[in-house]
Amino acid sequence: MSVMVARKKVVRKWEKLPGRNTFCCDGRIMMARQKGIFYLTLFLILGTCALFFAFECRYLAVQLSPAIPVFAAVLFLFAMATLLRTSFSDPGVIPRALPDEAAFIEMEIEATNGTVPQGQRPPPRIKNFQINNQIVKLKYCYTCKIFRPPRASHCSICDNCVERFDHHCPWVGNCVGKRNYRYFYLFILSLSLLTIYIFTFNIVYVALKSLKIGFLNTLKETPGTVLEVLICFFTLWSVVGLTGFHTFLVALNQTTNEDIKGSWTGKNRVQNPYSHGNIVKNCCEVLCGPLPPSVLDRRGILQQEESTAQEESCPRGPSSQEPPVVQGPPGGQAEESSTQRKDGSVPHPSAVPAPPLSDADVPEEKQLTSGELPVPSQDAGQAEH
Amino acid sequence: MQGLVLGASGDTFGHVHSLQELRRSASLATKVFVQRDYSEGTTCQFQTKFPAELESRIERQLFEETVKTLNSFYAEAEKIGGSSYLEGCLACATAYFIFLCMETHYEKVLKKISKYIQEQNEKIYAPRGLLLTDPLERGMRVGEISIYEDRCSSGSSSSGSSSSSSGGGGGGVGGR
Repeated sequence: MSVMVARKKVVRKWEKLPGRNTFCCDGRIMMARQKGIFYLTLFLILGTCALFFAFECRYLAVQLSPAIPVFAAVLFLFAMATLLRTSFSDPGVIPRALPDEAAFIEMEIEATNGTVPQGQRPPPRIKNFQINNQIVKLKYCYTCKIFRPPRASHCSICDNCVERFDHHCPWVGNCVGKRNYRYFYLFILSLSLLTIYIFTFNIVYVALKSLKIGFLNTLKETPGTVLEVLICFFTLWSVVGLTGFHTFLVALNQTTNEDIKGSWTGKNRVQNPYSHGNIVKNCCEVLCGPLPPSVLDRRGILQQEESTAQEESCPRGPSSQEPPVVQGPPGGQAEESSTQRKDGSVPHPSAVPAPPLSDADVPEEKQLTSGELPVPSQDAGQAEH
Repeated sequence: MQGLVLGASGDTFGHVHSLQELRRSASLATKVFVQRDYSEGTTCQFQTKFPAELESRIERQLFEETVKTLNSFYAEAEKIGGSSYLEGCLACATAYFIFLCMETHYEKVLKKISKYIQEQNEKIYAPRGLLLTDPLERGMRVGEISIYEDRCSSGSSSSGSSSSSSGGGGGGVGGR
């Protein structure tokens, strides 16, 4: 029985997380599934900078100043550091509701809406809250079974709800959300500066060298220059424009998602309740504000080792085939998320991420909570803010 | 009634079970979820509304005080001010490598919060057959309170726990 083997193997929580992320380095790194464009980004940056350091810098450092490659190196390292931080960190994923919580919310919703007769579409699940004198609607996420916090959105590519969701960026291979927005912004800013820097000094190099040996000879000697100039030219138009756009968003404390949906524009729409009204304050909050840590606890250990001691829970495991207390939604999504799990290892009921219960209690919990939740009649009022 | 002691004012003497013993001897009856309060924006705050299921278990004032203290901790973690800017700028200047060696202010406050919750559980909630789960373990979405019924009560049924809980507690266990 695989249970005996489980004693030796440490299973960490990231292996059982739902959603379509890939994890590397035993859960330290978290990215989206499609990484092809990210590799392209890396290749372009590394390639262009390598050419620049190899050819132009050698000439310019001698002719003009050794500070030129030094500054380029600083910019390059900063851009790479922020890129890797953006790509590898948790953007602010909201873990899915555990079954108890989901059931509790369902009951609240039913209490508000009343039971819907079969065949009819249930009313949209929305809660209204008042923030800074504006009414903000919270939507219910059917995949994650939670009411999304304000500014959160569900990323269909990663299949996660992300806090302060900005957008999913294929160039960095990850979503951009609350926790990595500042890294993303600093990345595109430093990349813009780096691109402008390389572009400028390529022109300077070509100009200087052409004075000595002629334009065509210069190009023949360092053909890489043409490539660099081309790459920088196209990058300039896109990345600098993007930086400008995000500077605008930061100054107004908006997200790309809100901007695209037009959440705060228009006469009859709600004004952005999150903006402080002051550009400097908005910038400071978005870029230098406190950074919440990841709530996913990817490297936490799932308590499977103790399962060997609980003989009675073993038969229960395979028989109750629901995706148990692991944060997976039952039904459609389970097939997808189960491909991420190791097949053959039955997700044990004790694989509850985190509550400090010993395993003896968890199976019983499943017995009792199914039928015994009291109807929270008072909570009906809570739904209307 | 061995299960849960209900000594006066919930002091931890002889019979009062530790959290571990609570988990072993009691069985989970239900869970209550304290939802987030978004009226201040996206900052992490929890509603102080007293859940109906806890009416018979704990004094309203104790519960509210716990939630208010938690809210103040979270507000402290997310405070935007001079020190957080300084931390942010310093981190940016070192290309965020400084976080390899030092903890953010937020993480420090979260540690304080989990200590506080453990302390509250030991002193106030466990003696009443309740267990407060750190919201961090629920993705900061909810504060989960597990309500336990005593399993090893012989004769006196589990409702006995609620009646003897009224025996304890210095302050009147009001509304029951």
